[in-house]
Amino acid sequence: MSDKIKGSEALMLALQAEGVKTIFGYPGGSIMPVYDALYDYTRGENKAFDHILVRHEQGATHAAEGFARVSGEVGVAIVTSGPGATNTLTGVADAMIDSTPIVVIAGQVPISALGTDAFQEVDLVGVAQPISKWSYQIRHAEDIAWAVSRAFYIARSGRPGPVVLDFAKNAQTEMVEFKAEKVDFVRSYVPYPELKMNHVQEAADLINSAKKPLALVGQGVELGNAQNELIAFLEKADIPAGRTMLGLCALPSDHPLNVGMLGMHGNYAVNLKEQECDVLIAIGMRFSDRVTGCLKTYAKQAKVIHLDIDKSEMNKNVRVTVPVVGDCKESLPAITALIHKADHSEWRASFKPLDEKERVKVIEPAIHPTEGPLLMGEVVNAVAEATKGDAVLVTDVGQNQLFATRYFRYPKRRSLCTSGGLGTMGYGMPAAIGATFGAPDRTVCCFMGDGGFQMCIEELGTIMEQQAPVKMILMNNNYLGNVRQWQDMFWNRRKSFTRMMNPCYELIAQGYGIPYEAVTDRKNLAAAVDKMLATRGPYILECAIREDDDVLPMTPPGKSIEEMQLSRNSEIS
Amino acid sequence: MSNNTTSRQPLPSLTGGNEGGSAESLYTILVFSENLAGILNQVTAVFTRRQVNIESLNVCASSTPGVHKYTITCYCTEEMAKVLKAQIEKRIDVLQARYYTDDEIFLQETSLLKISAPAVMENPEVCRIVRRHGARIVEVNPTYAAVEKTGTTEDILSLYEALNSLGVVRQFARSGRICITRGTREELDEYLVEREKEKRTK
Repeated sequence: MSDKIKGSEALMLALQAEGVKTIFGYPGGSIMPVYDALYDYTRGENKAFDHILVRHEQGATHAAEGFARVSGEVGVAIVTSGPGATNTLTGVADAMIDSTPIVVIAGQVPISALGTDAFQEVDLVGVAQPISKWSYQIRHAEDIAWAVSRAFYIARSGRPGPVVLDFAKNAQTEMVEFKAEKVDFVRSYVPYPELKMNHVQEAADLINSAKKPLALVGQGVELGNAQNELIAFLEKADIPAGRTMLGLCALPSDHPLNVGMLGMHGNYAVNLKEQECDVLIAIGMRFSDRVTGCLKTYAKQAKVIHLDIDKSEMNKNVRVTVPVVGDCKESLPAITALIHKADHSEWRASFKPLDEKERVKVIEPAIHPTEGPLLMGEVVNAVAEATKGDAVLVTDVGQNQLFATRYFRYPKRRSLCTSGGLGTMGYGMPAAIGATFGAPDRTVCCFMGDGGFQMCIEELGTIMEQQAPVKMILMNNNYLGNVRQWQDMFWNRRKSFTRMMNPCYELIAQGYGIPYEAVTDRKNLAAAVDKMLATRGPYILECAIREDDDVLPMTPPGKSIEEMQLSRNSEIS
Repeated sequence: MSNNTTSRQPLPSLTGGNEGGSAESLYTILVFSENLAGILNQVTAVFTRRQVNIESLNVCASSTPGVHKYTITCYCTEEMAKVLKAQIEKRIDVLQARYYTDDEIFLQETSLLKISAPAVMENPEVCRIVRRHGARIVEVNPTYAAVEKTGTTEDILSLYEALNSLGVVRQFARSGRICITRGTREELDEYLVEREKEKRTK
C-alpha cells in the first residue's frame, strides 16, 4: 500500500509542521480539496486547527493580521481563486507596509487551465508580487513541503511581511509522499544582516557627543522583541524617545523617557523637538511621510543614526549619517555597551512647557470636556481608564484611530492593532476578531467610526458565530470625520460627500444577536463602558459624537512639522 | 541610449535636499537572481514605481549555473541608483544588485541592420559606410543584405544614422547593452561563497 497522500492533506501536515493552529478562511471552487481536508483536521481526534469562517476574504487577511500582531505568530488565511484571491489583496498590501507576518493560501485553477481565462482564474502571483514579501505558485504536490516552509520562514524572519501561495487545484489533488521540510536558509535572502562594528562605534561616538539626542522608536523594536534592550539603551544615555504609531508598545507609555507619539497627529513637543535635536536615533522605524511631514525641512539640523534590519530603509527618505543595519536586539546592546552614562535632564525638561501647552489647549478639552455632545477623546479615555492598560487596542482608520492611539495607554507589549501605513478603513473589525484568537486571555477593544464600521460590517456575522469577545466602540458622528476635518481646514469647508446617512445600529446589533448600548450623554459614559467590559462576549457601544470634533494637534499635509497646529486655525499659541 | 536627446524632467530628490548626487547620468545596473518565475517583473516594477525609464534591458543565464543576470541601463541620479539597487536587492529571490558608471565596466552592444540589396548594388557609398564603421555584411541575397555591428551605443547609432540617411535601412535591431565589470573583485562569487559558509554553519 502506498503511503502517498493528497496534496490537500500534505498542506495540512505542512501547516501543522509550522505550528499553525488558527486559520481564517472562506471556501470556494478552487480550494475545495483543501476544505475537504480541513473537514478532518478541524474535528475529532485529528483536530489540528481552529478554522474561523469569515464573511469576506478581506476580513480573513485582516483577521490574520490582528492575530499576528498580538500573538507574534504568523497569521494564516485560506481562500479560493479569482475574486477570493483578489479580495485578500488589501490585507496583503496592509501587511506589507506594516511588516505583519501573514501567509495567504489561495486556490488556483489547475495548471492545465492557467492562462485560458478559466472560471475564477486570476494571475494572483502577478498581482501580488509588488505588494507582498514573496509570492509563489504551487503547481505540483511535491512542491508543497518546500513552498509552505519557505513561505513561513520568509513571512516571519527578518523584517516580517505577507507571503502569498497560489495553490493550483491539481496540486491539491495529486498524490504525494509527504515529508515535512524545514527551510531556515534562502541563499538570496539575508534576513538578519551582520552588524558592522565600525558603524556601531560611529553611532556610539555621535551619541556620546550629543547634547540634544532624540530617539524615534518604531515597531521594529517590538518585532525584534527588543523592548528591554531599548530601555537599557535609553536609560544609560538618558535619551528622550518618541514612538511612531505602530511603535507605541515598544516603550511603555508610563516610562519617564517616553515623550509621546510622533507624526501628523502625534504630540506637540516631540514634533517640535525633532527640529531642534542634534542627534536623531531612529530605531526600527521607516521615516514615513506621516512622521516626517515635509522632507525638505525635516530634521536638517540633526545627525541621523538609523537602526533597521532592512538595509533598503537606509537613505530611502532621510539622509542617514550613520547606518546601523541589523537586528535591534543585537545592535541596541552593542551601542549601549559603547555609550557613556549621560544626563540630559535639561534637554528633557525643555519638552515640558510644550507638553503643558498641548495638555491645556488640546488634551484636557479633548478628554475632560464639560459641555456639548460627546467627544472621541473622552470616549477613548474612559475605555482606557476602565481597562487599566490591560486591553488590546484595535482601531479602524480615521479620526477614531488618531484619537484612540493618542489617548489609549500602552503598558504592555503587543497591545495595538492598527493600519498604519496603508490606512485601511474596514481593518478594525476583522483585525479585532483576529486579536481575540491571538490573545484569548485579553480584553480586545475596537474603536471604529461609522464609516469604517460599515466597510467590513459583514464580519459581525463572524463575531456572532464565534462569539468573539470584541468590544466594539462605534464612535458615530454621521461623517467621514477625518476627510471632513481636512475639508474644514484645507478645502474651504466644502463637505464633499463626507456626510453619511447611517442605519439603525441597534437593529443591526439585534440582527446579529450582539448586546448593544448607545451613549449620548457623558454622565452615562463610564457606566456604559463598565457594563460593556463586564458583559461576556461581543458588545457594541455606540457613542453619539459631536459632528465637528477635530483631531489635534495637526501638521497640515506637506508642511514642516514645526508648523504643527494646536487648533483648527493656524495660530500656534 | 546615451545620445538620447529627449528632454527630461529632473526627478524629485528623495531626501528633499540638494546636497550632491542630484545630477542625472547613465547607470548600468547589474542584477543577479535565482532562476525562478516572475523575477523580471519584480525587477522592472522597481523602476516603474520610482518613475525611472529603462533605457535597455538584457536578461540571460549567467556564468554561474542557476543564476540569471540582468543588465539594465537607465538615466538617474546616483542617489536614485542606490535606492533602485536597494529595492531590487530587497526582493527575496534576488541575489545581488550593483550599479556602475561607464568607466567601471567593459560594455558592448550588438546590432543588426537589414539593407535593401538593390540599394547596395546601386550605391557604393553603402559598402564604404559599412567598412568605415567596422561592421560586417553577414548575408547577402537578391532582396537584402544583413549587416552586423558590435560596439558602443554611439558606434552603432553612428552606423545606423549614416545608412539611414541614404534611405536604405529596412530594419534595425539592437541587443541592449551587456557588460562585465572592470573591478578585480568578483562580488557575486564572494557573496555565494559567504552564503554557502553560512548555510553550512546552520
